[in-house]
Amino acid sequence: MKKLMKKWTAIPLAAAVLAMTAPVAMAANITGAGATFPFAVYTKWAEAYNAKTGNQVNYQGIGSSGGIKQIKAKTVDFGGTDAPLKVGDLKEAGLVQLPTVMGGATIVVNLPGFKSGDLKLDGATAASVFSGAIKKWNDPAIASLNPGAKLPDTAITVAHRSDGSGTTFAVTNYLAKQSEAFKSSVGAGTTVNWPANAVGGKGNPGVAANVTKIVGAVGYVDIADAMKNNMTFVALKNKAGKFVLPTQQTIADAAAGADFKVEGMAPDLLDQTHENAWPITSATYVLVYEKGSDAAKQQSVVDFFTWSLSNGQKMAEELGFVALPASVVKMVEAEMKKIK
Amino acid sequence: MDPATMVGQVSSMVGKSMEQTDVHSARVKVFQWQDGVFHKVTLLFALLVLAGLFGILVSLAIEAIPALREFGPSFVWTNVWNVPEEKFGAVIAIYGTVVTSLIALFIAVPVSFGIALFLTETCPAWLRRPLGTAIELLAGVPSIIYGIWGLFIFAPLFSEHVQPYLQGAFGSIPVVGGWFSGPPIGIGILAAGIVLALMVIPFIASVMRDVFETVPSVLKESAYGVGCTTWEVVWNVVLPYTRVGVVGGVMLGLGRALGETMAVTFVIGNANRITGSLFAPGNSIASVLANEFGEASPGLHVSSLFALGLVLFVITFIVLSLSRWLIRRGTVKQGH
Repeated sequence: MKKLMKKWTAIPLAAAVLAMTAPVAMAANITGAGATFPFAVYTKWAEAYNAKTGNQVNYQGIGSSGGIKQIKAKTVDFGGTDAPLKVGDLKEAGLVQLPTVMGGATIVVNLPGFKSGDLKLDGATAASVFSGAIKKWNDPAIASLNPGAKLPDTAITVAHRSDGSGTTFAVTNYLAKQSEAFKSSVGAGTTVNWPANAVGGKGNPGVAANVTKIVGAVGYVDIADAMKNNMTFVALKNKAGKFVLPTQQTIADAAAGADFKVEGMAPDLLDQTHENAWPITSATYVLVYEKGSDAAKQQSVVDFFTWSLSNGQKMAEELGFVALPASVVKMVEAEMKKIK
Repeated sequence: MDPATMVGQVSSMVGKSMEQTDVHSARVKVFQWQDGVFHKVTLLFALLVLAGLFGILVSLAIEAIPALREFGPSFVWTNVWNVPEEKFGAVIAIYGTVVTSLIALFIAVPVSFGIALFLTETCPAWLRRPLGTAIELLAGVPSIIYGIWGLFIFAPLFSEHVQPYLQGAFGSIPVVGGWFSGPPIGIGILAAGIVLALMVIPFIASVMRDVFETVPSVLKESAYGVGCTTWEVVWNVVLPYTRVGVVGGVMLGLGRALGETMAVTFVIGNANRITGSLFAPGNSIASVLANEFGEASPGLHVSSLFALGLVLFVITFIVLSLSRWLIRRGTVKQGH
């Protein structure tokens, strides 16, 4: 009974608090849902934006395809996706697609004695490793790229994401570009057909755990998680022929060379030509209706991303993401003028 | 005032003036009406369960239609799960689900039996309560905790200390050796089965303990009286008396093991293939669903996932019917 009394007295209090904040919150309470990859940065932006303006933005990380479904069903004000929609689909649905932030997938290994950058791979060899065609670390194809390295006679275990993921999408698309054999045996997409020596882990932490545990494992983890877990990076040969390590700088370099002026603002960021470009670079996107039913909410979405792109770049970098180049931010701002 | 006393009052008033009886029969009518409403409301609640069950079955079936139309009944026994090429079959996930659950039961049933026996027959009285409570607490631990523990703590220990030992002990025996072949990476079908066993032990053990406690002490005491050992009492008196309940407890555990999602997803390795080795990674129905729903592209992939859900539904239904049948057969034999 005492408990009940406490509850009852709490209600007027809560109501009073609500009454004070309600007018502000109701003015611009927007909801988005979609890709889990940018969840951390959207949430951080939303928090900072709320502190600054009092407006609330809720983002639910339910997965890219969920985000696309939700925005098409108009249950959210914006959708998030890692795999960009094709221009035709965008036009058909009347959606505007905007890049918000970039990231990259790293290739990580567990080879005792090897430090980040000690192991070098080119695209074709990496594809053969991930397709199961190369089964041991001392394979001649790997040895020829790593003269002088003491490659062990250990079996390779491929650690991959078991849940459908934008990271898998980026990595498999890159590897499929490098090798026809990979494309036909494994495929490219958010969930693919991994070889017999593969082991799936849930989420980036799951893959990171498997790579750390299994000697001879090779896997892919998005750069933010890989840095957090202090993992051993493989240096990849990029299109310019240089071996590069994944860093926020080499990912930014990849974006610098890309042309975002295309319709849908989703240029292929994989295997860019910049001399320091990290080859597995990707961006994440939001989808907003060009003509929405609620003009105030549409404006709130534009306001939120306008604010975030000019004020949130540092927050994104602290979280391990890579900010869009300033020139691209300008383009996104111009594109957002379409949204009504 | 409750209806019973009301009725009593009404009957005591028989013989009084008609006017008064009319008033009372009106009140009785109110009570009858109340009872009727109560009956209807509870019936409605009970029907909600049926409606929910039926609704889930129908919506699963509807969503599964495109996949079942594309692959036909062979969906159930086709050994492929290839997302990029949109070729789907259920047998890999069925195999993983069934094998991990069987491993779990193989370990959990004897252990739970031992726990229940100890608690009811030989445990000192002061230890009985804390131990019993501990088991019930274990049953309440969220499955994600078992998953995380399995991946980060159990799997490394398992791959370092247990798997090489198993390979050494059984590796050279023909058929059995194959079960323990392959690289000892810690996660896989066997690891998932063991983690599942830990999760279902509390369920099976607490049901077994409860049914063991229903055995009348006079039965046990007479057995002890004629000179039976504890083991003989358990085997010849307690178990026959409680067989139905024991089967029920085991089936409850099996049901939980079949549908377990998060813990299995973490330790099963999530590989879409069947290998003879229990060390190899595999996949279960629930873990495929958990992994792939979020990013599945609409069309055949999503539809096949629904079809998998339908398959799990059917498997669970079969297990449940089987246990009902076993229990009925048991009671008929005992002549209850």
